[in-house]
Amino acid sequence: MTVPFYVPPEQLMKDRAEYARKGIARGKSIAAVEYADGILLVAENPSGTLHKIGEIYDRIAFAGVGKYSEFETLRVAGIRHADLKGYSYARSDVTAKSLANAYSHALGQIFTQEVKPYEVGIMVAEVGETSEANLLFKITYDGTLSAEDDVAAIGGQEEQLTAHLRQSFRPGASLPEAVGWAVAAFQAALSRTLQLNEWEAAVVDRTLGRRAFRRLAAEEMTAR
Amino acid sequence: MSQEKAGGLPWDPVVPAGSFTALLRSRGLEPRWSLPAEAAALEAPEGTTVLAFRYAEGVLMAGDRRATAGNVIAHRSLQKVFPADTRSAVAISGTAGIAIELIRLFQTELEHYEKLEGSRLSLEGKANHLAAMVRAQLPMAFQGLVVVPLFCGFDEGAGRGRLYSYDVVGGRYEETDFAATGSGGPYAKAYLRGAYREGLAEEQALDVAVGALVAAAEEDSATGGPDLQRGIYPNVVVISAQGYRELAEERVAAAARRAMGGAR
Repeated sequence: MTVPFYVPPEQLMKDRAEYARKGIARGKSIAAVEYADGILLVAENPSGTLHKIGEIYDRIAFAGVGKYSEFETLRVAGIRHADLKGYSYARSDVTAKSLANAYSHALGQIFTQEVKPYEVGIMVAEVGETSEANLLFKITYDGTLSAEDDVAAIGGQEEQLTAHLRQSFRPGASLPEAVGWAVAAFQAALSRTLQLNEWEAAVVDRTLGRRAFRRLAAEEMTAR
Repeated sequence: MSQEKAGGLPWDPVVPAGSFTALLRSRGLEPRWSLPAEAAALEAPEGTTVLAFRYAEGVLMAGDRRATAGNVIAHRSLQKVFPADTRSAVAISGTAGIAIELIRLFQTELEHYEKLEGSRLSLEGKANHLAAMVRAQLPMAFQGLVVVPLFCGFDEGAGRGRLYSYDVVGGRYEETDFAATGSGGPYAKAYLRGAYREGLAEEQALDVAVGALVAAAEEDSATGGPDLQRGIYPNVVVISAQGYRELAEERVAAAARRAMGGAR
């Protein structure tokens, strides 16, 4: 009988975390920033069809970086979670908080129990009745859940993007202004100018009615 | 290992992508009414007259507000016309409780598909799906709990409004100009046959719709006419290239007053 090698749990977790982090660092980033009427999500994404940002429910948006198939699985699971809950109870009972908790739980379980952790970072954004009620959650590959204020970023350039956005952010700005911050932050973090078709952007905006999610057109992505 | 057990998130790879009903079924949550054989004696509230026809910019759909249970007026202000999504509308006649649940499921199904796939179902796809949902109700129809919807929308591919009527077994029929269903449906249809013209403007179309409902209410006790005292007016919606829009109550009220003045 063969005796399996003993691997201390610290080492196991460290290896897994490193594996996941490497995968995510290779990918592109997504930034989120609040503006007067909602939350703006901006990604560097040359593909016009494979989206990184999506609608989950009336006021909730999803953004994922890392391995496409893995965050796509999470996006679909989130839509199913939200639609089931909204159909079983009421639309207002679907909240970003419960969704973020479910994601956190799922990613935590996958991180410790599956053969390979998910190489993803995700964000869940919910626009509230007022800016104070906006919610912005970040969930990492190991299920760590954190609530962010005003700005957030995930992916390889996470820290640079957050730092740049923190500098420019001020409450109550218009959407074009917020787009300008995001464009400037990406260009500073990547030290290059992105073409109009390299952006993917969407908002959850409380002025849009029941379904607050809207994708921005390429022309709206101009820095000013 | 089951993801569901791990995550508490309902992702089950067996569920066909896009279908909300299949998801509900896999969770044992699909709406079901299992009835004993003698349930035909049941008197559940029934919704009555709804109609739809094409006008210049798309389609218009309208419904009266009454629900009856036998000889009793069960509700005076029931809503029977609903948005299915931003480009289509659905109206119901028949057993109100079941029909409203069916609509809720249909709405969720369309939105679920749209979010998962990133694009809306085609108008025909929506109409076919609704047919399947009505067909699934067939055993209930044999026990007297009938649901017959009307469906209409703006076909973005063809660039025009289209409407579909259904029968109790889930038969789906595309109508060229107008359709009506429910107990007052035949009277509304007779009125529409005389009043309908190609390319009606919105205001004229509103008058025709309200006129048809008033005509149906004149002949059919289960159809509620406009209630000027209580301020209960028909629901009238239009679907054009710009999408689904409910007509303001004051406009419908004005049309109702005109129609009531004309009904002798």
